[in-house]
Amino acid sequence: MSLTTDDVKRVARLARIAIDDQEAQATLAQFSGIFRLIGEMQSIDVANIEPMSHAQDVMLRLRDDAVTEIDQRAEFQSIAPQVEAGLYLVPKVIE
Amino acid sequence: MLHATLKTLSDGLAAGKFSSTEISKYFINKINKLNKAYNCFITLDEEKSLTQARAADALRAAGHAQPLTGVPIAQKDIFCAKGWLTTCGSKMLSNFVSPYDAHVIERFNAAGAVNLGKTNMDEFAMGSSNETSFYGPVKNPWDTTTVPGGSSGGSAAAVAARLAPAATGTDTGGSIRQPAALTGICGLKPTYGVVSRYGMIAFASSLDQAGPMARSAEDLALMLNVMAGFDARDSTSLLRDAEDYTGDLTRPLKGLRIGLPKEFVAEGVAPDVLKNIETAIAEYRKLGCEVVEVSLPNMALSVPVYYVLAPAEASSNLSRFDGVRYGYRAKDYTNLTDMYEKTRAEGFGAEVKRRILIGTYVLSHGYYDAYYIRAQKLRRLIARDFTEAFKQCDLIMGPTSPTTAFKLGEKAGDPVQMYLSDIYTIAVNLAGLPGMSVPCGFDGKGLPVGLQIIGNYFSEVRMLNAAHQYQLATDWHTRAPAGIDTP
Repeated sequence: MSLTTDDVKRVARLARIAIDDQEAQATLAQFSGIFRLIGEMQSIDVANIEPMSHAQDVMLRLRDDAVTEIDQRAEFQSIAPQVEAGLYLVPKVIE
Repeated sequence: MLHATLKTLSDGLAAGKFSSTEISKYFINKINKLNKAYNCFITLDEEKSLTQARAADALRAAGHAQPLTGVPIAQKDIFCAKGWLTTCGSKMLSNFVSPYDAHVIERFNAAGAVNLGKTNMDEFAMGSSNETSFYGPVKNPWDTTTVPGGSSGGSAAAVAARLAPAATGTDTGGSIRQPAALTGICGLKPTYGVVSRYGMIAFASSLDQAGPMARSAEDLALMLNVMAGFDARDSTSLLRDAEDYTGDLTRPLKGLRIGLPKEFVAEGVAPDVLKNIETAIAEYRKLGCEVVEVSLPNMALSVPVYYVLAPAEASSNLSRFDGVRYGYRAKDYTNLTDMYEKTRAEGFGAEVKRRILIGTYVLSHGYYDAYYIRAQKLRRLIARDFTEAFKQCDLIMGPTSPTTAFKLGEKAGDPVQMYLSDIYTIAVNLAGLPGMSVPCGFDGKGLPVGLQIIGNYFSEVRMLNAAHQYQLATDWHTRAPAGIDTP
């Protein structure tokens, strides 16, 4: 499977990580080794096998629809980069 | 005091030989003198630690002491601890003072233990050498030109260097067991779901487990008694009857069946490592065990499967680090997307970024079935291999790591070489089984070798029994590196 720097940049955009041309090249070089390793999976027959996402095949527990958390906004926001009036501030999205 | 185990400290405190304040000061003093040489601690807070020590002494005086009350324990910097800087070894959290305690921290606090400080680790637990930390590499106390292993390298080095009698670690692909092996200490990863992951910064949620690191099986058991148990805040936490992990340490091993997977030897172990494993197995025969050959036919797939699943889960877990609510935020940015992209490019190190990108790729449209779903299916095959093997044996044993501690920088340039050092540990996480490492000897250069013991689901009591009996017959676990005894 052959990746290009365009693939690397596309994936970086999806992951919201800035990457310049030089880094994309370097990353591509390392990726070939890693994808060769991962490629070892491809030759195995996986027909009729259920995917395993969890070691113990448990069900998600349910609980009563009741409030259990307390309001800790002030404490949690005390370590935020920028807050005002209980809101987290970020660059304007909508003009 | 230098070589005191948790057991001797606990007994000494109970007998009034010393106070928690005294022993905490002793270890803090050692850390102040020696941490620079090994770089095992990221954060220390003498005042907080001693406040806990004094509270523990008061608890004891009032007659409310538990086994680990007053005992100082180092905490891997992946556990959120209220009021403590919790960095996960990353620039991204280099300013994050946690507003809450992880379940594991709560448990140790409730047990009256003393938080000795936060230990260094590979960034976001991604690494096998503790070389990816934003806070610099940890040095192996046995040879400071070598790595201690990772990602719980700081915890391992601290215990090996006697800067802490015990520490917590986490293990996603071997990150407790491998550093334990490389530093000559004991480490255990419990069955998945036994220790709550609440407040433990997530790397790969279906693989991560917290566990104890100490210098004896008995100490591991004492710690697991504190750490294990149901927590409703972790949706993968298992509701089970409480177990006393110290309960069966003294049982004789006669008749215990040990399985040796033939694939463990076929994969290129260093000769010195193999020799020590063989000697350890011979010791187990002397203790009355039967040894049978077993097979884990799909074991070779575990590295590629892991390096699809773990990065995929990591890419999801680390998407929360965006500079909005806590942690690092880039200084200059134009719009929101730019803020996210620069924050994450600057806040994460190279290995973390690499894994996030791989994970994003294997989850993306057009590749999800070919990579992620395929890996999930192979995961089931790997887990089934163990279930089959455990029909013929009670415990599986083999090397924890194919080599002893390698040189700093030796594998850092080649990610694939680094990934292959996890070859014996990874399958255990994929299957969700319990695994541990105990010291079993040294190589020709005086570097420790670890014996891995793998049990069936929920067999920690039996594993600890097997390790304890071995430690009554041998003394590898008592050996210490040179240079740790400060005036």
